[in-house]
Amino acid sequence: MEDLINAFLLLSNFVFVPAIAYGSQLALGALGVTLVYGVLRFSNFAHGDTMAFGTMVVILFTWWFQSMGINLGPLPTALLALPFGIAITALFLLGSDKIIYRFYREQKAAPVIYLIASVGIMFVLNGVVRFIIGPDDRRFADGERFIIKARAMKQFLGTAEGVSIKVSQGLTVVTAVIVVAALFWFLNKTRTGKSMRAFSDNEDLALLSGINPDKVVTVTWVLVAILATVAGTLYGLDKSFKPFTYFQLLLPIFASAIVGGLGNPLGAIAGGFVIAFSEIMITYPYKKFVAYVTPGDWQPEGLVQLLATDYKFAVSFIILLLVLLFRPTGIFAGKSV
Amino acid sequence: MALNRNVVYFAIMAIMLIGVGVFQSWNVSLSILNLCLISAIMALGVNIQWGYAGLFNVGIMGFAALGGLAAVLVAMPPVEGAWAAGGWGAIGGIALAILSIALAVVTYQRMAAGRFRAITVTAICIIGFFITRAVFGPATHAIEEINPALSGYLGGLGLPIVLAWPVGGLFAGIAAWVIGKITLGLRSDYLAIATLGISEIIIAVLKHEDWMTRGVKNVIAIPRPVPYEVNLQTADWFLSLCSTLGTDPVTFSSIFVKICYAGLFIIVLLAILWLSETALKSPWGRMMRAIRDNEVSANAMGKNVTKRHLQVFVLGSVVVGIAGAMLTTLDGQLTPTAYQPLRFTFLIWIMVIVGGSGNNWGAILGGFVIWFFWIEAEPLGLLLMNVITSGMAEDSGLRAHLIESAAHMRLMTRGIILLLVLRFSPRGLLPEKSA
Repeated sequence: MEDLINAFLLLSNFVFVPAIAYGSQLALGALGVTLVYGVLRFSNFAHGDTMAFGTMVVILFTWWFQSMGINLGPLPTALLALPFGIAITALFLLGSDKIIYRFYREQKAAPVIYLIASVGIMFVLNGVVRFIIGPDDRRFADGERFIIKARAMKQFLGTAEGVSIKVSQGLTVVTAVIVVAALFWFLNKTRTGKSMRAFSDNEDLALLSGINPDKVVTVTWVLVAILATVAGTLYGLDKSFKPFTYFQLLLPIFASAIVGGLGNPLGAIAGGFVIAFSEIMITYPYKKFVAYVTPGDWQPEGLVQLLATDYKFAVSFIILLLVLLFRPTGIFAGKSV
Repeated sequence: MALNRNVVYFAIMAIMLIGVGVFQSWNVSLSILNLCLISAIMALGVNIQWGYAGLFNVGIMGFAALGGLAAVLVAMPPVEGAWAAGGWGAIGGIALAILSIALAVVTYQRMAAGRFRAITVTAICIIGFFITRAVFGPATHAIEEINPALSGYLGGLGLPIVLAWPVGGLFAGIAAWVIGKITLGLRSDYLAIATLGISEIIIAVLKHEDWMTRGVKNVIAIPRPVPYEVNLQTADWFLSLCSTLGTDPVTFSSIFVKICYAGLFIIVLLAILWLSETALKSPWGRMMRAIRDNEVSANAMGKNVTKRHLQVFVLGSVVVGIAGAMLTTLDGQLTPTAYQPLRFTFLIWIMVIVGGSGNNWGAILGGFVIWFFWIEAEPLGLLLMNVITSGMAEDSGLRAHLIESAAHMRLMTRGIILLLVLRFSPRGLLPEKSA
């Protein structure tokens, strides 16, 4: 019995807790992608770099606050800088929409043209971020590091294994819940949110009923800025900030959005957790877990790892392919094929 | 008129390359020319996909890397003892993986839909995975054990490297078929996302499967299709050629090698250009353009849009794979870490769009122009930054930062060029001829 408890604690520490945090981050990212898809009808390749841009602004403000001695005690200072990051990212996105996307909207260009334009914006963002903050790893987390320490838990429970929960992980989940709740309230209860959903469902009908498309687009970009900056900052606090990792996050984020059904916000959240859990569970070495579960002192020889950690992107990719093969509209029906 | 424009643009390009030769050195000029030629071939491949059919491939890097893999597998000499140690195990493991996937697919197609089928197919996949692992793992481990500092991989077949070019095309074509089979016929964004994914994974495989590519330890000294400089410098005919031309044998030998490469590349470029021009003018090409311009009506005319898209996607990827193998041949080594999506995939895209999508000559011109500026932009950017910062104090932190960051300006410039061309000249330098 004690072995089973230890096995469960071990998995919680190395699989469940990190996967919940990572899943929340992916879900926030995928929500941004899905909103752009639903309202503006294209896959935004610049999303990963938008997250990097927002995070960069947050980091710069964090450093400024730190130099002035402002902090939030046990919580990271980055939380204080978040609104500024969101504001500047929103300005950038609205500016890029005005200069670039609006032209193609007026022309009624094919979706693939938007996609190429978003690649162009991705480059510009890429250059801007690397130019300002450089291509290297940046850590900007401060305050307390842990909510629960593994050792304290071990002593309290008297078990061999313990679970540690980092502040960044707890914060990720709490923030994600607040942001998602606010987003759904906005989409379902407010007039603007309803007009957004109407626009996403049927553009022509929405225009006929007098919905102002410019307003819908503006609100969408502001929401995207919020989601991208929050997702990026939480990811950066949890791991670390490196521009290239944010570009690589595109694949799991797209996979989450598609698995859930592109254009479907609920699906994006579910997709984020599906991808995060599979990625971590498939690349986790189960050696110690097997030793606990099996009777006696026997230990397996290898790491008992299904796939090497280097292939974690392959996991989201394979799930993506399977979904496209068997259910192209995603788990929750998204926009039709 | 169109011909005149072609001639003028290519003449300007030639003058620029000659200018580099005169003012910098012929060595630099020729190495730019060689990479221009390879870029042009890749751009031709992408143009087949985008220009003929409107397919957006974001995984060019991956297909090019498969070409690089082919260069290693075909041309490197086999490593002694590696085959005996685990060669057949590794091949067998891959065969088992393919077999179990095939078995799963066949079962899926043959059995009636229902829970039982889902369970059977899942079971086949899981059992297949573990059997594959059991065969594959020890074999590759044994291969990597053999002299890891120098080899530690299976090596290749020791065949002439030129054979690797078509093999690279074949590898890329197979990967493209799998991706296309799954994603084509669905929404166009899916192809883009799936190709982005496959290219990341191909690079991950090259980086981590040490038994096949030595991973990040790189494979160096891949045999060449052209003579080596050292051998030339001692060859009698070469020395007499040098004395007739009145040049220094050491400098001229490296120029001579580059000219040989350029000759080979030009042959491939012309062959592919001729084939794609012929295809474009044929009924097949007209059908492809009809599908691109209006899928619905082409479908109504009885054209199988998805099948034709798959065909053109595979063809384009084959060309990219060939170019990838040529690139590794030119480099003489396979460095998996050198494959950067921002450098490969998107640069080629800009070549196609700037050059003129749908027009093969445009793609070639784009390959030349963009590669030329990509190489020459670094010194120019540095110069610009030095000029901008010349007023600042020597020890200014901002100055150091600006000069250090000059390299990142290339990314931004590239994005801006892409956006500007897309907006103001979407048909490119050499627009597609409207038939």
